[in-house]
Amino acid sequence: MNKKGAAAGPGPYRDKKTIAALLRVVEERRRAAGGPSCRIMEVCGTHTMTIHRYGLKKMLQDVGVGLVAGPGCPVCITPNDIHEAAIRLVTERENLLLAAFGDMTRVPTKIGSLQKSAAARGSRIQIVYSPAESLESARRNPDKEVVFFGAGFETTVPAIALTAAKALEDGIVNYSVLSAFWVIPPPLRAILESGRSRIDGFLYPGHVSAIIGPQAYDFVAEEFRRPGAIAGFEPADILLAIISILEQIAAGRPRVANEYTRVVSPDGNPTARAVLDRILEPKDAVWRGLGRISKSGLAFRPAFAAADAEKKFGLKLGSTDTELPGCRCGDVLKGLIEPPQCRLYGRVCTPEKPHGPCMVSFEGSCLAFHKYGTPS
Amino acid sequence: MCLGIPSKIVSVDEIHQTGQADHLGTRVMVNLALLDEARVGEWVIIHAGFAISKLNDQEAKETLDLLRQIAAHE
Ligand code: SF4
Repeated sequence: MNKKGAAAGPGPYRDKKTIAALLRVVEERRRAAGGPSCRIMEVCGTHTMTIHRYGLKKMLQDVGVGLVAGPGCPVCITPNDIHEAAIRLVTERENLLLAAFGDMTRVPTKIGSLQKSAAARGSRIQIVYSPAESLESARRNPDKEVVFFGAGFETTVPAIALTAAKALEDGIVNYSVLSAFWVIPPPLRAILESGRSRIDGFLYPGHVSAIIGPQAYDFVAEEFRRPGAIAGFEPADILLAIISILEQIAAGRPRVANEYTRVVSPDGNPTARAVLDRILEPKDAVWRGLGRISKSGLAFRPAFAAADAEKKFGLKLGSTDTELPGCRCGDVLKGLIEPPQCRLYGRVCTPEKPHGPCMVSFEGSCLAFHKYGTPS
Repeated sequence: MCLGIPSKIVSVDEIHQTGQADHLGTRVMVNLALLDEARVGEWVIIHAGFAISKLNDQEAKETLDLLRQIAAHE
């Protein structure tokens, strides 16, 4: 392998022999940790995908390590009232371009999904890969209001916030952001405080941690005495992190381990955090399934209000009773049930005809189970 | 969606804090404003069009060495 490939290629991280060897270490450490089994929450939706794609869930179950998905999919945890507000914007207002990441357009609500909505005259939906594309659209369509439906965690929010600030700086007045900005540590606290789901440790998200840094989870180890490890996105990364968690359990010394040091620096990304802090401020926010959580969201600071679609269009958000009947995404996101336990799973609700966001998003737990045929 | 595979910076426009990167053989635009500084040849993680972190070569090598050791030892 050449030098570049050694740094970048996924090869060794997916190698079958390496995975098998790591699993044997997991089994050994699991035994050393004592007790009959152990239950670890993977917080990040992309981890969920890796876990199902490579069959890790079953392999780990066989050695006594249960994995349960947490609230790590931004599309999923964004409650329906925000999705509905986005739909209303593009169906009720003329000459409005609503830009969004692809997944966000397929979430079903009581008033349909964005993708299936009939846009008002001169209005349309644009699927983008980066918020920068939506700003470009605003530059090119000065006669239209461009609203970026921005949902994300600490990984994505700096990009969106910076784009909104850039619009203001450049005097682009037809641009705003409908924000669904979430921060990861508060829901972990909420889940631990509720005590409803047994969790012996956490697999912390790789790229959220690249921004916020390992110390953001110190409270989990210190106050709640739960071990945890930051993991990358390859199967070997996940197993290395699980080994660390089991070692922490065995030693009775919970901490925040970093098993993704090639990307996550000990201090995270202070430049990105400074961007967040300059443009946004913490706010209490409602999560699907988890309800209102103190300081779990981010809102534009007053100086950036002109780029805030909620203010610009006088949107009323924050109601909690807009979920579709029968969908148990909320319980999935809290780790209370696994998707196959939902009555609609695989019958009424499929990837082709999703009934809830957890079956829509590429980071959704229901989709991961269904796509890779994981048994419960 | 988080892509864990790093991209290599191939050009940098310092004034606009943007550049181009090679992601698995494809040229992509990348915004570099979330990094302190970025140089051609460095590997970065790109998320929603923005580079959010640099790949630490030394750490990457150590993790790979560890994996090889575990695979060889078993
Ligand atoms: S299977 Fe469908 S309806 Fe059931 S919880 Fe998942 S997304 Fe909701």
